[in-house]
This record gives sequence, C-alpha cells and structure tokens, in this order.
Amino acid sequence: MAGLHKSEFTNPVINWVDSRLPVFTMMQKEYGVFPTPKNFNYFWNFGALAMVTLMIMIATGIFLAMNYTAHTSMAFDSVQRIMRDVNYGWLIRYVHSNGASMFFLVTYIHIFRGLYYGSYKAPRELLWILGVVILLIMMATAFFGYVLPWGQMSYWGATVITNLFSAIPVVGEPIVTWLWGGFSVANPTLNRFFALHYLLPFVLIGIVFLHIAALHVTGSNNPLGIDVKGPQDTLPFHPYYTIKDSVGLCVFLAIFAAFVFFAPNFFGAADNEIPANPMVTPAEIVPEWYLLPFYAILRSVPSKLGGVLMMFGSIGLLFIVPWLDTSPVRSCKFRPVYRWFLALLVIACIVLGMVGAHRPEGIWVILGRVGTAYYFLHFLVILPVLGKLERPLPLPESISKPVLRGGGPLPAGAAAKPMEKA
Amino acid sequence: MAEPMTATAHGSHGGDEVTKRDFLKLVAGAGAAVGAGAMAWPLIDSMNPSKDVLALSSIDVELKSIQPGQAITTMWRGKPVFVRHRTAEEIKAARAEVKGLADPATDQDRVKPGKDEWLVVVGICTHLGCVPVGNKPTDQRGEYGGWFCPCHGSQYDTSGRVRHGPAPANLPIPPYAFLTDTKIKIG
Repeated sequence: MAGLHKSEFTNPVINWVDSRLPVFTMMQKEYGVFPTPKNFNYFWNFGALAMVTLMIMIATGIFLAMNYTAHTSMAFDSVQRIMRDVNYGWLIRYVHSNGASMFFLVTYIHIFRGLYYGSYKAPRELLWILGVVILLIMMATAFFGYVLPWGQMSYWGATVITNLFSAIPVVGEPIVTWLWGGFSVANPTLNRFFALHYLLPFVLIGIVFLHIAALHVTGSNNPLGIDVKGPQDTLPFHPYYTIKDSVGLCVFLAIFAAFVFFAPNFFGAADNEIPANPMVTPAEIVPEWYLLPFYAILRSVPSKLGGVLMMFGSIGLLFIVPWLDTSPVRSCKFRPVYRWFLALLVIACIVLGMVGAHRPEGIWVILGRVGTAYYFLHFLVILPVLGKLERPLPLPESISKPVLRGGGPLPAGAAAKPMEKA
Repeated sequence: MAEPMTATAHGSHGGDEVTKRDFLKLVAGAGAAVGAGAMAWPLIDSMNPSKDVLALSSIDVELKSIQPGQAITTMWRGKPVFVRHRTAEEIKAARAEVKGLADPATDQDRVKPGKDEWLVVVGICTHLGCVPVGNKPTDQRGEYGGWFCPCHGSQYDTSGRVRHGPAPANLPIPPYAFLTDTKIKIG
C-alpha cells in the first residue's frame, strides 16, 4: 500500500502516469486483452456502432448549439441561418438530424440482438435494464431535439407529447402547466427543452459507462448463448474485435453518409419547414419513424388514459423481460418455436410503425389493435408460457466445439462439467 | 478501520439497544433530507409559469363582424379561443336531448343566459391538445356539425361537447363576460 500502482508499461511517460492513475492498465485490461467469446457474428457490432453514433451526435450538437438561438422568435431563423450562412452548417445539421435516425436504427438492431440471443438472461439482467434506461433517455433527448427547429411539427409534436401527461388523473393538468412553464407550448418550453437536450446526452454517457462496466463484469453473451468455459473459447478484444467492429463501422458510415449527402431529408417531415403556428394544427401530426410504433399503440386504445398507459407500458415491459422469459436456453438458435414468435414480434413492430404513419381510419385501426395485442401478448403470455412448453435443441458442449469442428483442445475437467443450462 | 469501531460501539450497548447515537443519526439524516428538499423546491417551482406569463391578462373581442354560422379564432393566454355565432338550427341541434355523453353537460350551461347564439370555447382538443377545425362553414366539422380534430379524429357538436373519438372532455369554456351586446371580455 505504498501508494503507487505497479505499472507494466515500459514507456517512461506512460509508466509515470499509469503508476499514479492506472488508466492505461485499465484500457489494456478492458479493451486490449479483454477475453471475448470467439464466435461473435456481425450482430455484435451494434453496441460499438451506437457508441460511435453517440460521439458523433455530441460533437455535431455542440457546434450546432454555437449557432442556435433558443427563442421562439429566432429559433426557426437561426436554424435557417445554420443551413445557409454558417460554414458547413448544412453538413453539421444534416449529420446531426440523420444521426438521430441512425442512432435509433443501430440501437433497435442492438436490442433485437439482445432478444434473439437471450442476452438479457441471468447474469446480465442489470446490463439489460441499463440498456432500457438508455433507450428511454434517447427517446427523451430525440423528442427535445426535434422541438428545437421550431417548425410546425416541432411545435405540435411538443404539444401532443406533453399533453400525454394530462391523462394522469387529478395532477395531470398542473404537471403539463409545469412542463410548459405557461398555458401552452411557448418560449419557456423551448428554453428548457434546449437545456435538457444539451444535458441528457451527457447523462447518457454516464449510463453507457455503467452499461459497459456491467458488461465487463459478466462478459459478453455470444451467438450460442452458452457460457465461456475457458481461454480456448475466447479471443483478446484487440485486435480481433477492434478490427471486426471497424469493418462494420465502415459499412455503417457509408450508409450514414449516403443519407447525409444524397437524401438528407429522407427522414424529415415537410411540415417542419413551416415556422411554428400555435393557431393552426397541421393536417397530420406524425412523429419521427423511430417513435411510430409507440404512437400507434397510443392511438390504438380508445381511451386517453388507457392509451398513454399502454404506450409507456410497452417500454416498461422491457424492464422485466429477464423475468418474463422462463426458458433456461438463451439463444434462439436452440429455441425452434420461440424463434418464430420473435419473428412475429418484429413484424408486429413494423406493422405498428406503418400504422403510426397513417390516419387512424379503416384497416389501420384494425391493424393497430392487432399489432398492439400481439406486442403485449408476446411479452406477457408467450414469453413466460413458451419457456415451459418448448423443447430446446441440444446445446453444444462448448463454444470451441462447433467453431473448430471436432473440439479444439479442452482443458482437463472442462468437458466433465455439467452443461450449465437446459 | 470503521468495522471494529462500530462493533465496539454496538457491543458496549448490548447490540439492539437504541442509543443516543442512533437518534443523532436519524435527526442529522432527516435534517439533511429536509434541507435538500427545501433547496429543490425553488428549482422545481422555477419551471412553473412565471409572473409575466401569468400576467397575460384578458382580451376584448368585437362580435359584430362574425356572421351566423361562422366562428373566429382569437388568442388568449397563448391558446386559441373559438367564438362562434351559431345559427338557429345549430342551437336546436345543441339543445336536443342526447344520451351517453362522455362529459355530460347541457347547452344552456355552456352559454350566457340570453346569448344563445354565442358559443365561446377554448379551441384545444381535450385529447392531446391539437386545434380542431370547423370555424369556417367549408371546413370539415364532423358528423355533429361542431368541430373535428384532425389529429386523432375526435368530433365535437355545436355546443363544443365531445361526441365521438378519444377526447375525454368537452371543449372548456374560458371565463368571459359580455361588455356590451357586441363585445366580450375573455379572462
């Protein structure tokens, strides 16, 4: 306990710093030699992609904030100025606005990966819960950000979403007035939304840090969903997965850039090019695509409070997924029946997304109700019941066995251990 | 270091016994919690409407130019207010007996006595705050001839009562008074 950390770095400067603050040792342990299952597929890229996107969003956001004015009389014009007059302002804003869509895209795939391969199951429950918290904060941040350009969709989206809280009995109205800082969405609302939009990404960094810290305690799940049995099942994170993540990152950035440069307004709503007008509601209020399924659930319930509860409930359910799923097998690779129900869930989410983009009339009402019903049925009935009924396929003995076709060197005793699941 | 000391402290008082130290801990903890709460309230309350927002007083509306069957939108406390000059048929439709209203109210209670032709409502859908359409006779007014909310399809009748759709309540009536026969003060 003489005070200094015993650093193994030979470079004298690094050694000097590392002895006093072992950040280099930590990086080496957590990202250099960190033992990672050797059978990752490309689904395991998406956490890293989300991390990179968060960094891009924060970097572009800071520079946008330097040119943005959070006042109802100037916000719309200041955004136009960014687009026309500020050097590369158009690029920074298009990266930021399309980046939001990219962020949700990779995050939703990341969540699907977790559901398909059972990454939420013991001992990774808390890791999963932190992920759901990240999703919620992302949604709040995206919503606040969408209000800032102060176009028609900004204004009316803010009005509709803040009014969700008026469904709460008794205290609903005072809460909405408090959120607005007035009797309608107005300048105080815009000001605080800007403050929160700037704050939340840094909260996000904190929770992402905890998410990764928890991951590095339990270690990563893998496509087979079985536990790592020893060093023969793992590879050091660097260079194997730094390289694999880099390949995925190149593809991702190419798609991202294609939107930014060739279809920058693909995800945007034309109505948001009209300055906010509190007296006229646009003919149709449609949220950004990544919130459409939840919006569809809201509208599918013919009661105001019921719709709001179901919408928040649809995300709230994700928190308890680790306990709703009763199957001892993690990976859907070995769950021949559940696999199909999960595919149905994906279809239900896509259908709900389409429903959210259309007026609640005719076939869309029915589709919305069917999709909503399946979403809740899936988590509340199928997940708990199927785990008890389904007969999973036999699990491989270890990660090495299928990868090396015929085994690979197993340490003495490893093969004798009972299979940990099923 | 803390471990053995705590053990000694507890040991000397026989473990379960409540000591003066327990009391001091509780009081100190409660004091800190109250202090933090007292500091949090100003921050929370600063987000409520400020004095300048509350001071947005009242407005006068001239009614002369509003033709029967038409309505105007005016702004009060940042919200649209509809002032509608109802026709005889519209009043008749509003007075007809209807059962199963989501938010029961009679038309008589929603207008000023003797001013049946004037309906004044806050033009904000009670569902999620959109502005319903229907002020112009050419607008879509829904099946009940009042207003139609384009967001989620709520329909209001000629008394501003919700008759169809997800809205839970009637369009609210703002506080207002007739100054003269052709002028009202809202607020």
